[in-house]
Amino acid sequence: MTEASMVIVGGGKAGARAAVAFRENAWKGRVTLISDEALAPYDRPPLSKAAIMDEAEPQPVYLLDEGMMASLEVNFLRGSAATGIDRDAKTVSLADGTKIPYDRLLIATGAEPRRLSQTGAERALLLRDLADSAEIRRKFIDGKSVAIIGGGFIGLELAASAAKRGCRVTVIEAQPRVLMRGVPPEIATRIAARHAEAGVAILTSASIAQIGLDKILLSDGREIPADIVIAGIGAAPRIKLAEQAGLALDNGIACNTYLQTSDPHIFAVGDCCSFPHPVFGNERLRLEAWRNASDQAIVAVENMLGGQKPYEAVPWFWTDQYELNLQIAGLPQRGVSIVERVPKENALILCHLDGDGRLVGASGIGPGNSIARDIRLLEMLIGKKAAPGPALLADPAFQLKSLLKP
Amino acid sequence: MGQWIEVCATGDIDEEDVMRFDHGGQTFAIYRSPDDRFYATDGLCTHEKVHLADGLVMDNIIECPKHNGRFDYRNGAAKGAPACVNLKTYPVKVEAGKVLIDTGA
Repeated sequence: MTEASMVIVGGGKAGARAAVAFRENAWKGRVTLISDEALAPYDRPPLSKAAIMDEAEPQPVYLLDEGMMASLEVNFLRGSAATGIDRDAKTVSLADGTKIPYDRLLIATGAEPRRLSQTGAERALLLRDLADSAEIRRKFIDGKSVAIIGGGFIGLELAASAAKRGCRVTVIEAQPRVLMRGVPPEIATRIAARHAEAGVAILTSASIAQIGLDKILLSDGREIPADIVIAGIGAAPRIKLAEQAGLALDNGIACNTYLQTSDPHIFAVGDCCSFPHPVFGNERLRLEAWRNASDQAIVAVENMLGGQKPYEAVPWFWTDQYELNLQIAGLPQRGVSIVERVPKENALILCHLDGDGRLVGASGIGPGNSIARDIRLLEMLIGKKAAPGPALLADPAFQLKSLLKP
Repeated sequence: MGQWIEVCATGDIDEEDVMRFDHGGQTFAIYRSPDDRFYATDGLCTHEKVHLADGLVMDNIIECPKHNGRFDYRNGAAKGAPACVNLKTYPVKVEAGKVLIDTGA
């Protein structure tokens, strides 16, 4: 008879948070955390920002260090790739042949950057882990030309970091504008203008023909200087393990509202999974987001221990570029009308309402933390399916908090 | 014990709200609770040194504007990841409509 065992595959934010959550829920049995990385779980948001910009050589910001793992009695298997799941025997196999038995298994394998397919694509650096970040940092030398392919969050954060280090930066975006996915044009325009002010060239509707040794050739014949090329063209869920195990897939590992996969003993969280969202008519979402990773871990662990808790946290993203902070709560794209709210000078918040006047999204941009409090309150209102009047939303003197009071 | 430092008038902070107060090279967060009491803590989140005064006060909790680390501002207790280290608190008193704190300096 073996001791009851909880096994987590993936040592990122979600996996680390889950390991802690088992102990917070007073689970006394074994907790094993399997990570294919050599380091203990560390935080990734700094990798595109502070880790590249700061004067000091970046150090990992640990989410769960050796001491914490020891005190929580987490059995941490570092540098161990999980290679297979035997669902009948309920074991996970590792590359070295070891088999780890589980009572419940949590897959938190994350996502991996998509690769370019053009000639010369192998020159393009990708950013996912600390080593990638360190390599990019070493190459961002004053005066070098940097071409960043993709005007999404990662691409733009890296552009701001490269500009800060004195590089000549070009962002090449295939779409007609940056941040096409999930960020309204009014907000994207402001961030693009800030990049222009910093000297970053943003080329939109631009397609790449070929990546040369020191330049990029666009389909329209233009040549972009590129001592360094980075691709930030999105990420794909890491589903190989789940796929081989025959779990249902649907834009990632398909979970139900309890974050349970098609095998009731296996759960999935974070970037690798999709789930129906009860606040948005059970639309199936897959989120690549820091807070979602930990919020899902907390709920999944509760359910792995016998709970029946639906996951209903409102999606929330942020990015920091230069002095600007951009945040998105909910699903702005589900809105049909927009109410502008200006909480402070130079800050802008858009409240996105659906056809019934229900608040379904909030997006904002402003210096420092100028939009944080209002976005947080709007996020809570979205979660409550509130339909606040547009006049109230537009009035910066109106305390949004009062709408949350009974 | 240090000296009592005048922060502001009681009316300068709404109920269930927070205000930033800088003094002597330090930054503090001053709170007024829903039951109309005043509290003071260090001004920066123990997680990533963000000004808590930009955060949201709900009942007796201050939530960091950056990563939603939560603290009970009455005693500084961290309420779970990512906030793991408690906030330092400072004595507060109200005299003649003014809020004063003892920074211990």
